[in-house]
Amino acid sequence: MLAALAISPQALFGQLLLGLINGAFYALLSLGLAVIFGMLNIVNFAHGALFMMGAFCAYFLLNGLGLNYWFALILAPLMMGVFGAALERLFLKRIAGLDPVYGLLLTFGLALIIQGVFQNYFGSSGLPYAIPAALSGGRNLGFMFLPNYRAWAIAFSLVVCVGCWFLIERTKLGAYLRAATENPALVRAFGINVPRMITLTYAAGVALAGLAGVLAAPINQVRPQMGENFIIVVFAVVVIGGMGSIMGSIVTGFLLGVVEGLTKVFYPEASNTVVFVIMAIVLLIKPAGLFGRAS
Amino acid sequence: MTTSAPSPAAETAASARHERDEAIAFVVMTALFAAAPLAIYPFFMMQALCFALFACAFNLLIGYVGLLSFGHAMFLGTAGYLSAHAAKVWGLTPDLCILFGVFGAALLGVVTGALAIRRQGIYFAMITLALAQMIYFFCVEAPFTHGEDGIQGVPQGVFLGVIPLSNPWALYYVVLAIFLVGFFIIYRAVNSPFGEILKAIRENEPRAVSLGYRVDQYKLAAFVLSAALCGLAGATKAIVAQNASLTDVEYSMSGQVILMTLLGGMGTIYGPVVGALIVVAMQNYLAQSGQWVTVIQGVIFVLCVLVFRRGVVGEIARRFKLSL
Amino acid sequence: MKSRLAFALTASLMLTSAALADDKVVKIGSLDDQSSLYADIGGPGSTLAAQMAVEDSGLTKKGWTISVIDADHQNKPDVGAGVARKWLDEDKVDVIVSLDNSAVALAVSQVGKEKNGVVLPSGAASSALTNKACNANTIHWAYDTYALANGTGKSMVKAGGDTWFFITADYAFGHQLQHDTTAVVEASGGKVLGSVNAPLNTPDFSSFLLQAQSSKAKIVALANAGGDTTNSIKQAHEFGLTASGQKLAGLLLFITDVHALGLDVAQGLSLTSTFYWDLNDGTREFSKRFAARMKNHAMPTMTQAGVYSSLIHYFKALEALGGNPHDGAKVVAKMKEMPTDDPLFGKGAIRADGRKIHPAYLFEVKTPADSKYPWDYYKLVATIPGDEAFRPLSESECPLVKK
Repeated sequence: MLAALAISPQALFGQLLLGLINGAFYALLSLGLAVIFGMLNIVNFAHGALFMMGAFCAYFLLNGLGLNYWFALILAPLMMGVFGAALERLFLKRIAGLDPVYGLLLTFGLALIIQGVFQNYFGSSGLPYAIPAALSGGRNLGFMFLPNYRAWAIAFSLVVCVGCWFLIERTKLGAYLRAATENPALVRAFGINVPRMITLTYAAGVALAGLAGVLAAPINQVRPQMGENFIIVVFAVVVIGGMGSIMGSIVTGFLLGVVEGLTKVFYPEASNTVVFVIMAIVLLIKPAGLFGRAS
Repeated sequence: MTTSAPSPAAETAASARHERDEAIAFVVMTALFAAAPLAIYPFFMMQALCFALFACAFNLLIGYVGLLSFGHAMFLGTAGYLSAHAAKVWGLTPDLCILFGVFGAALLGVVTGALAIRRQGIYFAMITLALAQMIYFFCVEAPFTHGEDGIQGVPQGVFLGVIPLSNPWALYYVVLAIFLVGFFIIYRAVNSPFGEILKAIRENEPRAVSLGYRVDQYKLAAFVLSAALCGLAGATKAIVAQNASLTDVEYSMSGQVILMTLLGGMGTIYGPVVGALIVVAMQNYLAQSGQWVTVIQGVIFVLCVLVFRRGVVGEIARRFKLSL
Repeated sequence: MKSRLAFALTASLMLTSAALADDKVVKIGSLDDQSSLYADIGGPGSTLAAQMAVEDSGLTKKGWTISVIDADHQNKPDVGAGVARKWLDEDKVDVIVSLDNSAVALAVSQVGKEKNGVVLPSGAASSALTNKACNANTIHWAYDTYALANGTGKSMVKAGGDTWFFITADYAFGHQLQHDTTAVVEASGGKVLGSVNAPLNTPDFSSFLLQAQSSKAKIVALANAGGDTTNSIKQAHEFGLTASGQKLAGLLLFITDVHALGLDVAQGLSLTSTFYWDLNDGTREFSKRFAARMKNHAMPTMTQAGVYSSLIHYFKALEALGGNPHDGAKVVAKMKEMPTDDPLFGKGAIRADGRKIHPAYLFEVKTPADSKYPWDYYKLVATIPGDEAFRPLSESECPLVKK
């Protein structure tokens, strides 16, 4: 069958590996979204725009303050986290308790504002951001040339994803967070500052988006529209994985990267659409998602 | 039961008042639209009317059944393509083209509705999004749509064999008539036993089920009705604008109709009309200062959600204690 | 009695025709993408180019009243057609320029024909504008897919690049570009080894680049535009495509794209353009004035130069007619009669099918070491004369062309 489709096993491995690397990006992006939805029940449509802001932060840190990629990896998420906390305090607090539809519409509006403002000031062509010197170049694996940066991207994403999952599912802080969102009144009665936890959780989700932005800046052109293409795919990932499940988003992100990679080989025109086909199928068969718990 | 039910006499009086308010509003709206081309550029008004019908049909689903769809653009766009193709390639008269578009949209509504209705809330929304994206992909790939060039130069023809649509005044009043027909259908659907059951489903679905109503069938019927009327809007728009393009099936169009409905007032009859008028006006008149359109739309979304949740018409209705 | 009646009739006829005589009022509308993907290619820069054309024509000193307005079509054909309709119907706009989206340009061209305005697209790529969709009110300036295919395809095959692989954006424009370039490559003796269709707005091209690398084609051609082009070039650099001996050809690339990528990444890229700011004294003089007035001091792109050039010629035609007859087909016919000459595109002509003819150039993007001053990005490799660059009239399917 592979011969009939004119692709050698070697080339296929190459494509699978590339798919896995893309999956790492999806996993990292959807992690932030899953944290925000799982913990706060907010469908954060601004996630793509915040991802884009993270990439721009990296650009400004480099071109304005001379701080390179390695600093950006730490500083940009911090900056985005602060921004996220501000957004939560100013906007999201006011609609807490309302139908989740309003959260979605509000964040959608915020996304339009952020993207529009960046568009006006930075145009559409984008800004250059180079791969850091230590990670440039690559190695020839025989079946393909693997840039070092991509290898770094997948390793880094894995570490962050597993780390977050561990933090939320296996530590005391994570337990408080989960409890606070399930039963805020009771947790507050125990003396824990629930509103602050909620702000911090949203900030953490936004910081993760920003981190993904920094990771993407060297390989995607840093442009105001860069989040637009990711956002609905990332949503689909979260839905397929199960909207409350952190592990679900991570695993689905990687899986989707692989499926997309295979589609790019056999039916490339559909590679942007295949995620929606899968989402429709999953929603019809198991609406809670692959890893979700039915509520 | 915690609230005391109003007396039957008070109820009848209240509903009579509602009907009177709504009838007056209908007359006012019709009069304003009929006179509009004297003051406002007719082409813009026709666009606004098509979008107003689109928003009203969308509102049928979200405002009265409580189902938020992210994929309604698929009905608008598909009907537009079918109608444009019928007019340009098959040379059918515009009335047949529009009917063809409506039929296509209704059929699509049956298929997608049957799949989507099985889930609720955000999952319903995501299924409609997924299906809409698949339709978008189909429209990109299908040769008859010519991709992003779209179907151009759609002939306007002669409506019902008597009215030449190339005359802008004739075209305007035909479009207005189509809008009023669609609007009236929605109005009757909402203010009927069928509509009451839909509202009951929105308020408390398990109770409606326990009362013996086949909830899924009602939801599907509402979905198909909504789809067909969106199709009416889309098919008419294709004849008016003389083109059908990918913008009508993109998910941002689904976002636009949500904006229109939210801005106008979800769950009010006249809300979507006002919302559509404002958004189309913004698009056209702000096109002159193009760079800020996105930001302004975003600000409107945010304001509507934070302080203006009932939308323009909703606020007016509450302020003046009207039923709109 | 009869003679007095005749006299009265003649007098009233003369008065009426005097009222309909040409006036010296011109209104220009620049319609393009001001806020998203292509804003840097046309956008506010096109509006500036239009204003500069008005100033440089010297007509205001001769008593003409000329105004420039602009609008954003948001890449939507219905918004674009709607604005064009309103402009031509209500706002007394005489000529619409820029139009940097083929779908919008096609729609507006139809509206222009219906309302008898003048439509001068300089940003749209589709060669259909002077082919099947041609009309007597439209002149296609600057470039089209045929010229791009001819320039890059023919020259690169001649230079030894005889095997090709296409990475094509999966929409009408991409397919057209691939189709036109394939025809030229094969006619020049080259071979197309394969192609892959990438959906529009794909952020990651690594998979497609890998396919291109495995094909071992000498030339990897990018039949896409905007963000897809810049992303694919950046990632091609990352994957060492050019390092392993393959050459990258951007079939539609603007100087603003190269600026956004940086020379590090874009060096060695081949592209065809009909304008480059640093080509000669004429282009330099205009471009420096332009850049000084641009918000981000960017040099003009091919589209923005086209807006200037098309309007300069339009004004010449109006002057020759002695006034603005507010009759689009008449002005366009006059424009086709007169040969063109402006500092940006040099000497050229406009054919019966509405195609503006001028030379096209094959450029290569310089290495960072070779670039001596800001925006010094291109090295001229070959010049393709106008009559070779565009689709010959004999192959045209335009109904305006008499066979």
